[in-house]
Amino acid sequence: MTDLAVDLGFLKLKNPILAASGTFGYGLEFSPFIDLNKLGGFVVKGLYDGPREGNAPPRLVEAPAGLINAIGLQGIGVREFTAKILPQLAALDTAVFVNVCGESDEEYVRVVEFLNGQKGISAFELNISCPNLNRDGACPAMSSEDTYSLVKAVKEASLLPVVAKLSPNVTNIVEIALAAQEGGADGVSLVNTFLAMSVDPDTRTPRLANIMGGLSGPAIKPIALRMVYQVAARLEIPVIGMGGISTALDALEFLICGARAVQVGTANLVDPEATVRIIEDLEEYCEKKGIARVEELIGTIKTK
Amino acid sequence: MLFLFRKLPQAMLKDPQAWITHIESWNNYFLFSIDSPEIAGEAKPGQFLMIKVNDSPYPLLRRPFSIHSRSKGIIEIFFMVSGQGTSLLAEKKTNEPLDILGPLGKGFRFDCGLKGKTAYLVGGGRGIAPLFFLAQELQSQGTTVKTFYGGQCLKDLPLREKFQKAGLELSCSSDDGSFGFRGFVSDLFLTCLEKDEPAAIFSCGPDPMMAKVARLALARNIPAQFSLESHMGCGFGACWGCVRRIKRSGDESWVKICEEGPAFKAEEIVWAEEER
Repeated sequence: MTDLAVDLGFLKLKNPILAASGTFGYGLEFSPFIDLNKLGGFVVKGLYDGPREGNAPPRLVEAPAGLINAIGLQGIGVREFTAKILPQLAALDTAVFVNVCGESDEEYVRVVEFLNGQKGISAFELNISCPNLNRDGACPAMSSEDTYSLVKAVKEASLLPVVAKLSPNVTNIVEIALAAQEGGADGVSLVNTFLAMSVDPDTRTPRLANIMGGLSGPAIKPIALRMVYQVAARLEIPVIGMGGISTALDALEFLICGARAVQVGTANLVDPEATVRIIEDLEEYCEKKGIARVEELIGTIKTK
Repeated sequence: MLFLFRKLPQAMLKDPQAWITHIESWNNYFLFSIDSPEIAGEAKPGQFLMIKVNDSPYPLLRRPFSIHSRSKGIIEIFFMVSGQGTSLLAEKKTNEPLDILGPLGKGFRFDCGLKGKTAYLVGGGRGIAPLFFLAQELQSQGTTVKTFYGGQCLKDLPLREKFQKAGLELSCSSDDGSFGFRGFVSDLFLTCLEKDEPAAIFSCGPDPMMAKVARLALARNIPAQFSLESHMGCGFGACWGCVRRIKRSGDESWVKICEEGPAFKAEEIVWAEEER
């Protein structure tokens, strides 16, 4: 029997497979298909202080081996989440991360302060890719200074561990990751989606109402892996890797490149059983290879 | 003692090995019979399936298909080839397996209150797909069902014989007059509506057609439901991709059609497109 448990330092997971925010609803959407207790954990859809309307449709368009989305973070807000969803999540035996959003640094802090005392949350994942009013609509993830100051503000307010979710749409992701670490983040997760678009040549119109959206899915995996490799090599805090993972072998690549856990995203939409299948296949792989503990694999990439 | 009222998980199943038992085709239109007893057992009119059309990540997402009929463990889907997903699905052969999720959505709402009364069903093009199942269920509970089926030309009306064989009353229209009433199916529907008002209306098809049927139903205070389409990601409420504009108690919002629909009441739907 392989021991699949991984230690993030601030949190122990029963296995390294998490479900990624924005692809897993608030978790309960998947209970008809899988036993949520089998997961290392999951990250609920991003929450603002209040409910959020989201973008006009079309919100989705496919790309080769990928999906471009512009949902616009539609959601129920922390109050409804806490009243209706969280009590059910608190009964689960798995790590629950709440993805925290904000239109301003103050809103992030308000969300964290509201959720601080609530039962059933293991850690916060900070969505630093939200358009921010303090920065003329630019997202904090785009600059080291903004990442540092936002992470610091949230970390000071939070009673729970804080993971900063990094955007790949930057010139130097290592710098941003270091800024998050400097700001006090307990970990980083990467990568969020790649800014992308799609156009219908016949009508000469964008295929998304929002014009641009975020690309996810197998198409982005090699780039995401490269970024995780670069960041893990430089950071002292744990790295959670994601980007196009849809099989156990994909997950293994990220672990070998230094991720201590991984998130499965778009694959959940295609196969609601994807997380559980990946956990089972990961265990089978490790047993076949005589790997006693999955932690032995982390960061073991061999380079000359 | 305090009990939290919890929404019971809806019966949604994944069947990765649902075998195609029969295929019928007419030019661009296909009717697949699929052996999936558990999903068939749970299916209700207006619900849908999400089907993975191949084993590759291109196309990545599953495709939504209305449940066209259900009998003895077999579910049917009826579709028109209109893009990459449906083209690949159309290449499938009998005795090949399909990976399906279902039954999804809430479908049409109706009860025995329609027993002994009349319902009009209005289908445009491939929008006829969910109405066959609905017509059968309504008829078997004692509702008189009249179905209106329209297309651009005769070739767009491949299911006309199937309805007749099933003993379901059908009136057809074609835009070019090559079969049945010449004109839009909404106009054919209106001519009958003016003679005899039904107790309920159900419709599926292009938005402009449905918008017109909705306006006619609202003007006469006849309860009407419409099965909506949208770009769908997952089909079970996780991605929030498939929203449509829905109005409830005066407030408009983007509502996931996979979870709360795909059928909505006339008074709830905010139509974006022009009527025809």
